[in-house]
Amino acid sequence: MNYEAVIGLEVHVQVKTRSKIFTRVAAGYGHEPNTLTDPVVLALPGTLPVMNKAALDAIIKAGLLLGCDIAPVCKWDRKNYFYPDSPKNYQISQYDQPICLGGAVEIELPGSARNVMGEHKKIPLTRIHLEEDVGKLNHGTSDSLVDYNRAGTPLMEIVSDPAMHTADEAYAYLTSLRATMIYGGISDCDMEKGQLRCDANISIRPVGETKLGVKVELKNLNSISFVRDGIAHEIKRQIAVLERGGIIVQETRDYDGMTGTSQSLRSKEMAHDYRYFPDPDLMPVKVDDAWKQRLAAECPELPFDKQRRFIADYQLPYTLTSVLVWDRALADYFEEAAKLSGKPQAAGNWIVNDLLRELGNVGRGLSPTSSDAVSGVKPDLQTCRIRPAHIAALVKLVDSGAVLTNAAKEIFVEMFATGETPEVIADRKGLKAAPTDSNELEQWCRDSIAANAKALAEFKAGKDSAINAFKGPVMKAAKGKANPKLVDETLRRLLATG
Amino acid sequence: MSSSPDLNIDHIAKLARLALTPEEKAKFAQQLGDVLHHIEQLKKVDVSHVEPTAHAAPVFNVWADDVARPGLPVERALQNAPTQREHMVVVPKVVE
Repeated sequence: MNYEAVIGLEVHVQVKTRSKIFTRVAAGYGHEPNTLTDPVVLALPGTLPVMNKAALDAIIKAGLLLGCDIAPVCKWDRKNYFYPDSPKNYQISQYDQPICLGGAVEIELPGSARNVMGEHKKIPLTRIHLEEDVGKLNHGTSDSLVDYNRAGTPLMEIVSDPAMHTADEAYAYLTSLRATMIYGGISDCDMEKGQLRCDANISIRPVGETKLGVKVELKNLNSISFVRDGIAHEIKRQIAVLERGGIIVQETRDYDGMTGTSQSLRSKEMAHDYRYFPDPDLMPVKVDDAWKQRLAAECPELPFDKQRRFIADYQLPYTLTSVLVWDRALADYFEEAAKLSGKPQAAGNWIVNDLLRELGNVGRGLSPTSSDAVSGVKPDLQTCRIRPAHIAALVKLVDSGAVLTNAAKEIFVEMFATGETPEVIADRKGLKAAPTDSNELEQWCRDSIAANAKALAEFKAGKDSAINAFKGPVMKAAKGKANPKLVDETLRRLLATG
Repeated sequence: MSSSPDLNIDHIAKLARLALTPEEKAKFAQQLGDVLHHIEQLKKVDVSHVEPTAHAAPVFNVWADDVARPGLPVERALQNAPTQREHMVVVPKVVE
């Protein structure tokens, strides 16, 4: 029997704020344990939460970027449970009135080849709500240690519809969602720092069946690649269970990306009873149009929109755009170089092929369809000595024929090291095509034409490419340093008049 | 007043992490049942003309700007912890 998988993702994204969501102690990662707490975080008696305005701005912005409806009124609820990661014994969350409803994440599936754009789809969202993150438990052999630094960090829960069917779709979804959040300045989404965490709900059903199968929740998918691997593994596991006559039990499984295996955490026979109720300590939030409009004005163009624009406006090939658009700083850098040079594709080639190589191959993996999107370190354009104006100047030097391609490559490497302009380097290192005395060049051209009667006849007969036969001897006479454009011009002038 | 048939005192005690004696169970089942009965009475009130509200006071959008300030020194933060190690609170091993 053929089976179809149904996948929904629950993604938690930490909002990048200076202070915590309900109190003003600093939020942050990598601090000494329990140094980012205060009486509100520790839920000491008599404390009251006060909402962080920046966290609300961030989630509304996230909702606008993803095309969600922003609820005109939303409220805060207490989710009650006993676990040492939560000092209050409840987590402040949003239950039945989340701030964002609906919306979608645009994804791109792998294309038929690396240089071919893949199919685009929109994965619908159910909702996004805001809540507080909880503390971190460090499990030892005989006890656990609790660090409350993370507790109270603003956290968005982004819930997709069960609308994905393959591990590749889930991977593309996460990559796109992550890029959107980074573009919007909402979160840095560093999975190693827990700023983006993902749980997957997976079920399978016979193809054609409309009822959902029993779902299994997969946890601890702590890199985007592990999400893809974990889901692919879980789909296979469920099919194997059914095919040997077993039944899928509703459970939570822990995926170990290092070994590629999963194990059951606990049976989920009974839905959790969190006894939600409205938090009496927090006032509801009303979002009016003026607030939404102010945030909409701050929303950047999203990567896929940018990609479509780069292809349409700059005639860039897909492969270049798929590297450029996933990093906002890189895309901005390209646009500046493209405008200054007037040659977008040449500027794009220098940036994608040479600049990223010089930055330590760090550009690889920025594309959503590459396999190691997570491990790709962002190019450090901030400190890079080559500015867009350098790229534009180099493009112009090559385009005018003043510098030949090989010399330009050498100039680029030098430029990366010193930050000098390409003109300065070309002059200093003698890399300019020979400025050639025009009389000398003209003489070489005359000699070359005179020495090749066959090519001359062909050219006169209308075979334009025959002109190339004259160029070799000229370049040889010029010891390879003649400006090819000038050589071409001179030859044509002589051929036309002679 | 007798306890409500909807009330599962064992379940509630478990959720609240309370170990109750049979006598306590009977007593609390009675008391909580009375509360539920009272709620049933309230449900009879016609509220069709009243806007639902999440809060008793009609106040919205209470917040502060995102300005971080120092928190508690770790010694103060942990002074109520029954046991601590490596500046963290020690709890029984919990794995979820």
